[in-house]
Amino acid sequence: MSYDEVQAGTELAPASYPATRLSLVKYCGASGDFNVIHWNERIARSVGLPDVIAHGMFTMAQAGRYVTDWAGPGAAVVEFGVRFSSMVVVPDDDIGATIEISGKVEEKLDGNRVALALTARSADTKVLTRARAVVRLP
Amino acid sequence: MAINREYLGRTFPAGEPYEVSRVKIADFADAISDPNPVYRDRSAAQAAGYADVIAPPTFAIVITMTGSARAVGDPGLGLNYAMVVHGEQRFEYSRQIVAGDVLTAQVTISDIRDAGRNVMLTTQTEIRTVQGEHVCTAHSTLVERGGAG
Repeated sequence: MSYDEVQAGTELAPASYPATRLSLVKYCGASGDFNVIHWNERIARSVGLPDVIAHGMFTMAQAGRYVTDWAGPGAAVVEFGVRFSSMVVVPDDDIGATIEISGKVEEKLDGNRVALALTARSADTKVLTRARAVVRLP
Repeated sequence: MAINREYLGRTFPAGEPYEVSRVKIADFADAISDPNPVYRDRSAAQAAGYADVIAPPTFAIVITMTGSARAVGDPGLGLNYAMVVHGEQRFEYSRQIVAGDVLTAQVTISDIRDAGRNVMLTTQTEIRTVQGEHVCTAHSTLVERGGAG
């Protein structure tokens, strides 16, 4: 994507990403975040959660992938922020949860930068709010 | 046990530098199911203008956590980690993290506040190379459910 071809207000094509128990186990290992609520259903329920939940950072990583896939090679994410508004509950089945991400070009900024507003939903609930990335495009 | 508000404003010394390896980046990219070749293939990364493979943007959390573990894991802070969920996360990048970087993470507890029955703990982490070049600043808010008081 080049800066010149981007227009403010353009909607980006939505994308869906799966989150399974295996995803979370792998994410525990790769990130070093072994908080029990991400892999132990017994403890997750004992602390009042509905089930094992995904790492917020796993969801944010999917949003990051959405942004970098859109921006393409040669682009650089310069700012990226989210608020985790709801949990992504990951049941112990072969399907898990689905994270649906969509986005919009919010604004063109100086220095070849573009601000994207993102939304992420899982099970019909907004799981990210105030999700915004600023990307420097070639 | 309530959180210790005397920790507000405390800066923790950066620990041992973290050397970013190509294998670790590829593991992380696999864990988030991102097939982008710039995270695995040096020639693809070089074609995109980088010296070596780069890390996905949220890989910065791995470096952040090497620092923030010292803060949130400090028994004196009194955070009950099983009750913790992530509230907010924001990164400001000066550049991408590249394989071969040797990075340090210095964490400051920048805010502690109640939100209803919960307590929100915000940290600011400065990620720099051992030469002092700024790479990323991470702002992380953790929510301890039921931790207010």
